[in-house]
Amino acid sequence: MSPQATTSQTVGPFFRIGLDRLNCADLAPADVPGERIVLDGRVLDGDGVPVPDAVIEIWQANSVGKYDHPEDRQDKPTHTGFKGYGRVATDDEGRFCFRTIKPGPVPGPRGSTQAPHLVVSVFMRGLLKRLVTRMYFPGDAEQAHDPILTRVVPERRATLVAKEGSANKGSLRWDIILQGPQETVFFDF
Amino acid sequence: MGERIIVAGRVLDEDARPVRRTLVELWQANAAGRYLHPLDQHDAPLDPNFTGLGSALTDDEGRYRFVTIKPGCYPWRNHHNAWRPAHIHFSLFGPALATRLVTQMYFPGDPLLASDPIFNCTADADARQRLIAHFDWDSTIPETALGYQFDIILRGREQTPLEHRD
Repeated sequence: MSPQATTSQTVGPFFRIGLDRLNCADLAPADVPGERIVLDGRVLDGDGVPVPDAVIEIWQANSVGKYDHPEDRQDKPTHTGFKGYGRVATDDEGRFCFRTIKPGPVPGPRGSTQAPHLVVSVFMRGLLKRLVTRMYFPGDAEQAHDPILTRVVPERRATLVAKEGSANKGSLRWDIILQGPQETVFFDF
Repeated sequence: MGERIIVAGRVLDEDARPVRRTLVELWQANAAGRYLHPLDQHDAPLDPNFTGLGSALTDDEGRYRFVTIKPGCYPWRNHHNAWRPAHIHFSLFGPALATRLVTQMYFPGDPLLASDPIFNCTADADARQRLIAHFDWDSTIPETALGYQFDIILRGREQTPLEHRD
């Protein structure tokens, strides 16, 4: 019999002890090519109350749509210094912030192309298992054919698309809403 | 300060292949059941020599090994007389998004396990048993430390999240 996967357990309230060491809010030092993005968001519960002790992790491709991973066999360059992975804890107001570059489109299942996006995991006290979602960028035409986004009912897709922020160019806003009518779409897997 | 232990094991995939060079992060309370965290106000002493965190990469056989102390049990006020069984938090990456795992390791014979809502959140009884380390003579070092074995199985790579959603 093949081994059975170890099950998930909650990250608990004291994760900072173990996880802070790998915190990374700035994925792209100045010499990394790509369109600069500052993503500001909050984690809110169903009543709009900020969650002050969640961990947010993001994974993304570089600006030409290449993952720095041995299984990404596309003939495209990796970018030295670009991390592709970020982790932060939310602050007392539930806020998180990442500085990165906009990823390029990446290949999807069965020859499709996925619109530029971040893959996002949310860990928090009381959650047995992390939540997994995606953040897409405002105004990308590729979203109409994105193999994942098009499987989300149209009226809920907006929960996965960031909005232009009011600050400088490249400023984005995207909140993660855990419950309620505006709940962010989370993926099962 | 505390009961010195060795926590070691292998990180494997669901085909029992070792997961090589993957990061294992862990954190835990000290021997008195107190975390080095400002929000932990349990009336138990902090240990100036114990941070409660560790990290390591698995080797080519997927093995990891930590030397630590056995964490204490602690009250957490979730319900009347609520005490967490001794446990160590683990965080692992593996090779893919689907293999990312955060879990907790428990100790064999802990009388608090049966009434711990967090341990029992894992609904399947067999899966719960797999969260409990085994006491292990082979890794126990005479006059020094008790050994516990905790193997971690990460989900298979083929279960990509990109093709499954609600």
